[in-house]
Amino acid sequence: MRIGIPRALFYYYYFPLWHAFFTALGAKVEVSPPTNKAILDQGVRGAVDEACLPIKVYYGHVLALRNKADLLFVPRLVSVEPKAYICPKFMGLPDMLRAGLRDLPRFIDTNVNLRQGTEKVLEVALEMGRLLTRNKRQILAAWEKAQAVYQHYVALLESGLRPGPAIERLTGVPEGRRRRGEGEGPGRWKVGLVGHGYNLYDEYISMDLIGRLGRLGVEVVTPDQIPGAVIETEAARLPKRLFWTLGKRLVGSTLHFLQRPDIDGIIHVSSFGCGPDSLVGDLVERFSQRTRKLPFLYLTLDEQTGEAGLQTRVEAFTDMLAWRAAQ
Amino acid sequence: MKATFPHMGNLYITARALLGGLGLEVVVPPPCTKRTLSLGTQHSPEFACLPLKLNLGNYIEAAERGAEVIVMAGGVGPCRFGYYAQVQREILKDLGYDMEMVVLEPPDAHFSELVDKIKYLCQTDWRRAIQGVRMAWWKTRAVDEVEKRVEWLRPREKVLGTADRIYNRARAAIDAAATRREVELARQQALAELDAVERDPVREAKVVRIALVGEIYTLLEPFMNLDIERKLGRMGAEVVRDLYLSEWINDHLFGGFMRLDSPAKKAKKLAQPYLGYFVGGHGRESVGSVVYFARKGFDGLIQLAPFTCMPEIVAESILPRASQDCDLPVMTMFFDEQTGEAGFVTRLEAFVDMIRRRKEADRRSRAGAMDGA
Repeated sequence: MRIGIPRALFYYYYFPLWHAFFTALGAKVEVSPPTNKAILDQGVRGAVDEACLPIKVYYGHVLALRNKADLLFVPRLVSVEPKAYICPKFMGLPDMLRAGLRDLPRFIDTNVNLRQGTEKVLEVALEMGRLLTRNKRQILAAWEKAQAVYQHYVALLESGLRPGPAIERLTGVPEGRRRRGEGEGPGRWKVGLVGHGYNLYDEYISMDLIGRLGRLGVEVVTPDQIPGAVIETEAARLPKRLFWTLGKRLVGSTLHFLQRPDIDGIIHVSSFGCGPDSLVGDLVERFSQRTRKLPFLYLTLDEQTGEAGLQTRVEAFTDMLAWRAAQ
Repeated sequence: MKATFPHMGNLYITARALLGGLGLEVVVPPPCTKRTLSLGTQHSPEFACLPLKLNLGNYIEAAERGAEVIVMAGGVGPCRFGYYAQVQREILKDLGYDMEMVVLEPPDAHFSELVDKIKYLCQTDWRRAIQGVRMAWWKTRAVDEVEKRVEWLRPREKVLGTADRIYNRARAAIDAAATRREVELARQQALAELDAVERDPVREAKVVRIALVGEIYTLLEPFMNLDIERKLGRMGAEVVRDLYLSEWINDHLFGGFMRLDSPAKKAKKLAQPYLGYFVGGHGRESVGSVVYFARKGFDGLIQLAPFTCMPEIVAESILPRASQDCDLPVMTMFFDEQTGEAGFVTRLEAFVDMIRRRKEADRRSRAGAMDGA
C-alpha cells in the first residue's frame, strides 16, 4: 500500500510522526517532490483565486501524487490542541480538493479535532490505522512508536536544527535542493524569523529566504526553536485567548524575541491574504513598537512575488541592522 | 454611560432598543459612508476583512459624537470576527481614543460572563431591562418581515422606488416605537401599504428569483454590498437571503434559544455531501444553500463575502461542484475597499441576463416537449 503525503502545509510540523506511523503499519510512504514551478502552476490552476499561496501549493502537491499513491493522506485538521483551531481552510481542505480536482486516489481524510482534549488523538490514530490493518494492538504500537519519533523531532528542532535536515535524519526523506550549511551557524546579526513553517521552510515559496539572509550575515531563530511552554506563557499575555494555534506561535515567539537582548530584529513572513495573520500580525507589530523599537520587516508572499523585490527588501533590512550597530 | 455599537444593516434598530432598554444613553453611529470606510481603512491592518474596517470607522465616528463604551459581539473562532474586539481596542488605544469595549461572547463559551456583562451595562432595574430585550426582539422581527416583502415587491412595482420609500418610513416608525403595540401598528401599516403598491405586469412576468448567501455582514450591510438588493430589484430580480437579522441574533447571542426556521439552518444539513464539517462563519451554510434554493426552484444564487474571508473561500472552492450537481447558476462576489461600482453592476447585469435567458429557454423547451406529446 502506497500512501501519498503532500510536502506542504503541516508536513513541516508533523511529517516524522505520520511517516513513522504508516511505515510501522507496513505502508510505503510517498512524498511529493520539493515545491517547484510545475507544482505551483498546477496548484494555482486548481485552486480558486482567493485561496492563499500555501493552499494553492498544497493543491499542486496533491496533483503531483496523483499517480504515485493508492491512498492520499489529506487529514481534516480542525484542531491540534484544546480550545484552538488552525484556519478554516484547513478544516475544509479535503472537501475543497474533492470538489476542485478530478481523478484523485482515495483519501485518508480523518478528522483531527483535539479541541475538546488531546486524548481524542488515540481515536484518530485507530481510525487511520484501521485502513491498513484490523489489528488494534499493532495500530497502538505503531502510534506509540510514531509519538516517540515525534518527540525526537521536536527535540531536534528545539536544539536548533531546521525541519528539513531533521526530517531527513529521522525518515530518510531527502530535503531537496538546499545547499548544505548555508544560512546556518553564527552570523553577524541574529534575527527572529516568525511565520508559519510551510512558508518559512518551503524554499520555493520563501524564495530561499533563510539562505538569502545567511549569505547577508543574518542568523535566524524561528518559532520552532522556542520551547512550546515559553510560547504558551508569552501568548497568554494577550487580553483574550487566541484561538488560532499558529497565530499563538506567532505572538508567543515574537513577544519572546522582544525580550531577548541577543535578537537584533524581527522578520514576519506571511502569505498574501492570510486571514489569521492579518489580525495577529498587526497585534504583533503594535506590541513590538510599544515595547522595544527593534527593526521589523513584514514580508508578504504570493505567487506573484518576485525575487528581486524580496532581495531588495532583505538588503534594506540588513542595512538597517548595520546602521543601528554602528550607532 | 454613552454606548455605541457597530452598524450591520438594520441592527441599529435592535441595538437602540436593547441598549436603551438597559438604561444606557445610546449613540447610534452615523450610517456607513465613504468617510466611515476611509477612516476604517486608514487605521486597520491592510489585509483585515472589510467588516473590521467599517466597524472601526463606526467607532471613530461614534467617539466624535461622545460615545464612551462600545458594545459588540465576540466569538471563539475560527473566523476572525472572534478577535475583532481585541484588535480594534489596540488600534483605538494607539489612536488616543479612550473607549471601553464590552464584548458579548456567545453563550456556549461562557454564559455567566455574558450575564455579568449585561449586569455591568445595565443601568436600570431588571424588569425594565428584560422589557428592553423583548422590545428589541419584536422590532427585529417586524423589520425582517417588512424587508422580506420589500424584496418581493421591488422587481414587480410599477414606479421604481415605491417599495423602498415605504420601507424607509416603516423602519423609522419601528425604530421610534415605544410599545409593542406601536411596533405592531407600524408593521401592519407597512405591510398594507406594500400590498397596495401598483405592480407592473410586464416586469412581473419577467421576474427571476435569486438567493443571496454568504458572510453575514456582507449580506446585511447595504454599504458593504453596494446595495446589491436594490440593484437586483431594479434589474427585475426577487431576492431572498438565507439569513435575516433576527436569525443571526438568535443564533449568535441567544444560543439558538428561539425556534426559528431559517434556510441557513436547513442548509447546514444539506451541505453534508459537499462539506461535511463546520468551517467557521457561514461557510457550510453557503454550500448547503445551493441545494436548498435549487430545490425551491430559484433561478440563481450569489455568494457575497469580504475579500480574504476564510470560511467563504472554502465555500467558494466547493460551490462550482454543488452548482453543477443542482443545476443552479452560482456567482461569487468578494468585496473590499477597492470594489468599484461600475464593474460590480456589469457583473450583476450579466448574471441576471444569463439566468433570465436560461429560464426562458427552459420554459420554451418544456413547452416544446408538451407540444410534441
